[in-house]
Amino acid sequence: MTKDAPAGLPRLLPASDAALLVVLGEGPSEEATEAVLALLAELAARPPRGLVDLRPAYASLLVVFDPRTTTHAELARAVEPLFPPPGHPLAPAARCVEVPVCYEGDCAPDLADVACGAGLSPEEAAELHAAAPYRVAFLGFSPGFAYLLGLPSPLATPRLAAPRLVVPAGSVGIAGGQTGLYPRATPGGWRLVGRTPLALFSPSREPAALLAPGDAVRFVAIPRREFDLLHRERP
Amino acid sequence: MIRVLVPGLLTTVQDLGRSGLGAFGVPIGGAADAHALRLGNLLLGNDEGAAALEATLVGPELLFEEAAVVALAGAPFGAQLDGVPLPVWEAVKVPAGGRLAMGRAFSGTRAYVCVRGGLDVPSVLGSRATDVATGFGGLDGRPLRAGDRLSVGTARGEPRGRRVDAAAARWSGPRRRLRVTRGPQGDWFREDVVEAFLSRPFRVSASSSRTGVRLEGKPLAAPTRSLVTEGVVAGAVQVPPAGLPIVLLVEHPSTGGYPKIGSVISADLSALAQLRPGEEVRFARVSFEEARRLFLDREARLGAPGVFLP
Repeated sequence: MTKDAPAGLPRLLPASDAALLVVLGEGPSEEATEAVLALLAELAARPPRGLVDLRPAYASLLVVFDPRTTTHAELARAVEPLFPPPGHPLAPAARCVEVPVCYEGDCAPDLADVACGAGLSPEEAAELHAAAPYRVAFLGFSPGFAYLLGLPSPLATPRLAAPRLVVPAGSVGIAGGQTGLYPRATPGGWRLVGRTPLALFSPSREPAALLAPGDAVRFVAIPRREFDLLHRERP
Repeated sequence: MIRVLVPGLLTTVQDLGRSGLGAFGVPIGGAADAHALRLGNLLLGNDEGAAALEATLVGPELLFEEAAVVALAGAPFGAQLDGVPLPVWEAVKVPAGGRLAMGRAFSGTRAYVCVRGGLDVPSVLGSRATDVATGFGGLDGRPLRAGDRLSVGTARGEPRGRRVDAAAARWSGPRRRLRVTRGPQGDWFREDVVEAFLSRPFRVSASSSRTGVRLEGKPLAAPTRSLVTEGVVAGAVQVPPAGLPIVLLVEHPSTGGYPKIGSVISADLSALAQLRPGEEVRFARVSFEEARRLFLDREARLGAPGVFLP
C-alpha cells in the first residue's frame, strides 16, 4: 500500500472468495471518482490474469476474479502499483454527451417538491438543474443507470418515503445529493425532476449504454412536444 | 426446432452469462446453477457454456420437431418423455415428435434442459443468456411463451458418457447450510449479530428471484452507519435496515448500498440457487483459504475421470 495515502487509503478488502474491493475514497467526490476512473482505465487496458469483471462505484472499484487462475494476494500485487496518487482533481472528460430532458408535467412529478425545498419556483429549479455541469461517476444498479456528480446543493432532496412501483424509463432522479438517470422502468425512490426521450441502454446498439464512466453530461431542457417527438422516433 | 407447448413458470434460455460489462452496470447473469448447466453440457459433448433452458419450479412442455439428444441437469423435476419418466443427469435420445414434459421440481428449484449442439439464439453483448430483469438476450429478451420455437445448434463433440456420476451431480443439490466468508462490512456488525447470523435458521421467501434470495425470520440488527454504494458480487449477503438478509444471485444489480455481513462461497452458489421458497437455510463461516480450496476441489473433480459414466 502507498505510504503517503491519507487515512489508510486505498484499502483492499476481500469482498468474497472471488472478488477484491479496492476502496479509494470515503465518499462521493471528484477526487474519488478521478482515482476510480484512473484505476478502472489501467485495469481495463492491461487486465491482470484471472480478471472477470470490474465494477466501479463512487469511491471504490470491485475487482471480480476467477479463483481458478488467481488469488486475492496475486491481484493485490497487480493492483497496488497502479494505485493513483491521492488527491488528484478530476481530469477533463474525454467526451461530453448532451442529454435532452423535459422538465414539464408528468415528466417531472417531483419537481415542485424539490423546488420548494430549494426555495425556488419549479421553473427556476429546472433551470438550475439543467445549467449545472455533470460528470458520470459510474454506471450501476441496472444496465446503463448513470450516477452523476455535480447536482447543485440547493436541489439535494431526500428520497421518497415510499418508493414508486414504477419509475418510467429515462427519468432523471434526485436522491440526497445524487442525481441519476433511470434506463428502464423499475421501482424507485428517487425524486423525479425530468425525463429524457433518449434510450439510455439499448443492447443492440454499440455501445449499449449511452453514457460511460467519466463522461461529461449536459442536460438540455426541451418542451413536452419535442420529448414526445424524440420518444416516438427512438429505436 | 423445439416447439414450446407449455412455457412453465419461468423458463429462460441461459448460458454462463456475460462478463466484462460491470462498468456499464450489466450483471453477469446466466444459469443460476451454473454448475448444473456445465455438467449437463459436458455430458453431451457441448461447450460447457452452451445455451440451454432453465426451468423454475414448474417446468415447460416441449415438442421436439427433429430428433435430438438431451440431458436434464440440476433439480429433479419428475420429467417425462412421451409418458416415460426421464432421469436427471443422463443423456437421452429424443425421437422426432417426442414430447418432453418437465413436470414440477420435487426438490430444489431450477433444472436445465441441455440439448446436444446447444440452443441457437442470437448472442447479445457476448452471451445467449436471458437478462430477465432488463429484458434482453435469450429468446427476444423474455421467458418462453407457448408457441415459441427454438433452434438447436450443430453438435461439435461426441457425448462424454451416458450419465453423470451421482457424487458429481450432488454438487448442485440443495444444502441445509451454506458456507460464507466474512463480508466486506463484516466488522460493521456487532459480534452478537454475526453470531446470530451464523446460528439462526432463515426461511427462503417466496419473493426470491434470479436477482436475489430473500430470507425471512428473526431480523438481524443492521449497522447504523450508512454505506457508500459499492460493487457487489453473487453470493453477497446484504442486510438492509429492516434486518432480513438478501443473498444476491446471478442477475443482481452490479452495485448496492446495503452492508454485507458475508458472502456465500463460490462452491455453494449452485446450492444457493437451488433453495426453495419456504425452505430453511443456515450459514456457516469458513476462511477465504478454505473457500478457495473447496472451489478448486470441485473444479478439479469436474475434469477428473469418472465424472461421466458409460
